[in-house]
Amino acid sequence: MDLAALSAWRRHLLAGDLLVIGAGLAATVASFLLLWQGDRPERAIVRAGGAIVAELPLDAPRSLTVAGPLGETRIEVEPGRARVAADPGPRQYCVRQGWLSRGGAVAICAPNQVSLALDGGGNSHDSLSY
Amino acid sequence: MTRSVTELPVSADDVRIARLAAAAIALTVAEAAIPMPLPGVKPGLANIITLVVLWRYGWRDAAWVSLLRVLAGSLLLGQFLAPGFFLSLTGSLASLVVLGLARPLPRRWFGPVSHSLLAAFAHIGGQLTIARLWLVPHDGVFYLTPVFLGAAVVFGLCNGLIAAHLLAGEETARAP
Repeated sequence: MDLAALSAWRRHLLAGDLLVIGAGLAATVASFLLLWQGDRPERAIVRAGGAIVAELPLDAPRSLTVAGPLGETRIEVEPGRARVAADPGPRQYCVRQGWLSRGGAVAICAPNQVSLALDGGGNSHDSLSY
Repeated sequence: MTRSVTELPVSADDVRIARLAAAAIALTVAEAAIPMPLPGVKPGLANIITLVVLWRYGWRDAAWVSLLRVLAGSLLLGQFLAPGFFLSLTGSLASLVVLGLARPLPRRWFGPVSHSLLAAFAHIGGQLTIARLWLVPHDGVFYLTPVFLGAAVVFGLCNGLIAAHLLAGEETARAP
């Protein structure tokens, strides 16, 4: 489409129209922020043998080692996400889940009785796993 | 053969509304053939006709054309009295209310594009409301609101531009 054709379409946009378009885009962005960013997790909850051993805020990188019946499970936290970096369990499910970044997400290392859960935000789910 | 005793005089208004509604119905049926990634997201091409009618003949004719389109379109698509029909109907009624409220907007500043966008937002607002109250009584229906609003902006803008183009072409064609 050449420039002349484009300006012909542009001619149909009045000042008020641009205002309405702007308001519409603002409403779209606002609803997006409101509805889709709500489940950003606030902290990682680490449990061993069913008891909470640590609550880590997700604001700075850190790591934590938790002891279980099989050995040590290493939890890593980065801003906005967390993962099980290493676990002595035979099938490595919780390690292969990778980074968790949504509120309610859980990685469970059942053999070593350690779990990592993200909490905060909307808490719209009891748990999430993949 | 006995002649029918009931006479229904057909006015010029009726003919005009029927013709415009037929155009809107054709667009509805054509649009149903376009595959859409999400249910509920549709271009709403028939609203181009509603806008042109609103601009040219006023709100009453636009209401007739819009509601006839919903009724006949749903009959043709086999949607009559199905949930989709009530969603369409609610959306159209909400759009008509908003278009009626938008009438005092000065036409110097607010063209068909404004009306189209406002109607698109009213449409999705009405549909989400009825869906929440009746079809899916759970706040989960609002999860896709950003997508619907984005689609309303895009399709509202496109339909409004097309309507403005049609209306402008008509004026220049009539002028000489």
